Amino acid sequence: MSAALTAKDFATEQEVRWCPGCGDYAILKAVTRALADVGAEPENTVFVSGIGCASRFPYYIETYGFHTIHGRAPAIATGVKLANPELDVWVVTGDGDGLSIGGNHLLHALRRNVGLKILLFNNEVYGLTKGQYSPTSRLGTKTPSSPGGSFDMPISPGLFALGAGARFIARAIDVDKPGLGAVLQAVHAYEGAALVEIYQNCIVYNDNVFGAFTSKPTAADTQISVKHGQPLTFGAAGSKGLQFDARTMQLTVIDAASSPDDVLVHDERNATLAQLLLSMEAPEFPVALGVIYQNPAESFEAAFYRNHATQLKRTGSVADALRHTNTWVVK
Amino acid sequence: MLRFAGDSGDGVQLMGTQFVASTALAGSDFATFPDYPAEIRAPAGTTFGVSAYQINLGSGPITTAGDAPQVLVAFNPAALKVNLPLLREGALVVVNTDSFTGRGLAKAGYDEDPRKTGSLDGYQLVEVDVTRLTLEAVKPFGLSKSDAGRCKNFWALGMMLWMFGQDLDAIEQWLEKRFANNDSVREANIAALHAGHAYGETAELAAAIPQLAASRARFAPGEYRGVRGSEALALGLAAAGELAERPLLFCSYPITPASPLLHQLARLGHLGVGVFQAEDEIAAVCSAIGASYSGTIGVTSSSGPGIALKTEAIGLAISAELPLVVIDSQRGGPSTGLPTKTEQSDLYMAVYGRNADAPVPVLAARSPGDCFEVAIEAVRIALRHMTPVFLLTDGYLANAAEPWLIPDMASYAPIQTNSVAAKPDADAQSTAFDRAPDSLGRPWIVPGMAGLMHRIGGLEKDARTGHISYDSDNHQAMTHLRAAKVASVADFIPDQPVSVGAEQGRVAVVGWGSTYGALYQAVRRIARSQEGVSHIHIRYLNPFPRNLGALLAGFDRVVVPEMNMGQLATLLRDKLGLEVVQFNKVTGQPFLIDELIEFIMELLGEAALPRIVQGDRS
Repeated sequence: MSAALTAKDFATEQEVRWCPGCGDYAILKAVTRALADVGAEPENTVFVSGIGCASRFPYYIETYGFHTIHGRAPAIATGVKLANPELDVWVVTGDGDGLSIGGNHLLHALRRNVGLKILLFNNEVYGLTKGQYSPTSRLGTKTPSSPGGSFDMPISPGLFALGAGARFIARAIDVDKPGLGAVLQAVHAYEGAALVEIYQNCIVYNDNVFGAFTSKPTAADTQISVKHGQPLTFGAAGSKGLQFDARTMQLTVIDAASSPDDVLVHDERNATLAQLLLSMEAPEFPVALGVIYQNPAESFEAAFYRNHATQLKRTGSVADALRHTNTWVVK
Repeated sequence: MLRFAGDSGDGVQLMGTQFVASTALAGSDFATFPDYPAEIRAPAGTTFGVSAYQINLGSGPITTAGDAPQVLVAFNPAALKVNLPLLREGALVVVNTDSFTGRGLAKAGYDEDPRKTGSLDGYQLVEVDVTRLTLEAVKPFGLSKSDAGRCKNFWALGMMLWMFGQDLDAIEQWLEKRFANNDSVREANIAALHAGHAYGETAELAAAIPQLAASRARFAPGEYRGVRGSEALALGLAAAGELAERPLLFCSYPITPASPLLHQLARLGHLGVGVFQAEDEIAAVCSAIGASYSGTIGVTSSSGPGIALKTEAIGLAISAELPLVVIDSQRGGPSTGLPTKTEQSDLYMAVYGRNADAPVPVLAARSPGDCFEVAIEAVRIALRHMTPVFLLTDGYLANAAEPWLIPDMASYAPIQTNSVAAKPDADAQSTAFDRAPDSLGRPWIVPGMAGLMHRIGGLEKDARTGHISYDSDNHQAMTHLRAAKVASVADFIPDQPVSVGAEQGRVAVVGWGSTYGALYQAVRRIARSQEGVSHIHIRYLNPFPRNLGALLAGFDRVVVPEMNMGQLATLLRDKLGLEVVQFNKVTGQPFLIDELIEFIMELLGEAALPRIVQGDRS
């Protein structure tokens, strides 16, 4: 590679076709910037997507891109990664694509620990099909298909991932440049299945659904940005902290200034802590952002090649294999 | 021809395959038909738990597992009850008397012992207390009673090998290897084998049991081996990878009767084959597509119900113009149907079964050894035209075995992949869709190639630039392009040959897939006494070979026997405008030669055969 690439070099000439004001624009910018910052090689980078607004993403990134079918991106990306583990394979999906029609593939990609960087744009609604409730929509969400309010229990992407055995779970907000940028860099460096839930605002069908914790003026009190080895504090000047209550086995919010020693220190390898952090909801708790869980293990592709002793290279000949049994000669 | 039958836990399939190994080494031709229940271990002694293995052996060209067995070995009353209707009068029936107890008879649904009701009068009944004789033979090895009882399949095998004049060496060697680490089991089974063989030789049975020595077959010179369809298919895929100099990733989800292919390929890593067992059928086809996208030959496999699930993804591969091989081991249906029984009923699904106008090439294998050739052909077409290709096999082919002249790898042309045209001024997107004029296959540009980054997907694309296009004229052009691409396969495949008979005549018997053996034999036998009958077996089902229409027009009548309700018949009417006579069977069992002969003879016998094909050919 000659000159270092900039974010612009990772943008295609395609006209971007999301609604004006859609959170996807901010995510696209953050991703192209992150790719440039980490020095990604465009020819060794692949974006695989399913179907939905989010899944248009590959058309706008100047790397290899494959816009596939609804829900199946993790399965297709698994084949891409197995065939060439040297590639950086990103999966772009949404709450409907990844957790409804494609829930099974997401589950298995995560539990196998396939080296996929999975960006799940969660806007709690089906945008491309004009606004029906999705598997992450909160109870009572009124949509054309749920005029009286939705009544099926929503799923939490992070908790789903943890239950599936994911070993990297992170969260970010679409318009939070530094927060999303840091998470994308961490994802890029990670080998194995990584799930990033990005809270993405759908300005047309579900505007401000995350307002309770994304609103700038109150953000300090409604968000907590977690960092491995750092105290779990939030609020103005880190005035509040999270404490583990052993009696209830729950987190509680405490005054960090008066009892700094009681504030938990974030341990990204602790799955139990990850579960507690992922479960926190506004307004009672701040919403956890950043790398919540990172506990590396051998990736699926590494195990695959370890178990395919010849690394998919041909060391034998078919002519010999054909005779690897009892044979007889007719004269 | 003989048929072993017993409980699915009796080791009947193992006994059959061992008998075949010995037959192969003795130089006899053979064809086999394993016939087993869907339940792994159905309740012992019941009729629905009966597993059977049929072997046809001898000196002539043997292309089917045979119609009516001359020898039946029935391990219990249920096996006798299920298999007796298959026998002709006079057949030899060996029964294991130890199992003919009140309880055994009741489980099989016999009110009375069939040996006493006269229902076996027309057969040569040989009663042997296999269980007791086996237990005696293996007594010195100190096995538990149940382990000792399990040796009875080798006891019976020993007796059958004597009956067919074959020696025990091959089986003994196999047992030595199989139970290398278990002395008592190995020695007990060898002892049982010898005891059964010796039993056959003893004077007291010599009169009752005729020795049916199988004579050596007349084979073309060369090196042979025995092969099952799934083995030949696996080796064929590996061979295709070798010919294309590409690795191959086989992505599959377990399903009967397709799983043996997964098992075979899992052992071919040294031939550049990777195996990925996906979470479901959809993930299997999708990961295969992902592998193809990355420059590895992606192959997926299933049976009818699983192929149905893969349908949407196959459409994606058509739209994205990616190579993919989809192998369908057909079984009886619809739905779960008859998982272990054979049928040819997925031809419609392969040719017509997708949303929108989404054509794909379709090929079918006709015999276990032919699976090798067809696998290479399927990969060749997929890579040349950059398209999914269907390869149809079936439950019968997957498990059946035959002697096979080992192919000479040097005789196969390398499989070319489409290279990238050097056009410096073109952008990568249009370079990726710069299709070859003859095959309409686009170059196989894969991630990792510098300067050629482009985007593909399932949205309609501009015919020239490859960018997304919703233009109506462009969609019309792309639909024509996809049709023309598949049609162009016909420019690369050989003309349709005739397997038996002349290139014109009164009746053409036309088939496809695993019915080859039965059709070939039936027509060959008729041709000895009748003129004007030919057998034509089609490998390339979509598109048809260019000469097929003209060839079939040279016959007064076209008869299409199929193990479905007339799917090739429909295809011939649709694509060639032919009128055809159907002969359909969907019992889950292969065709019998006799039933085919009867039907064809009837047609031949009809006075003044009407010309079905219109037009004057005088």
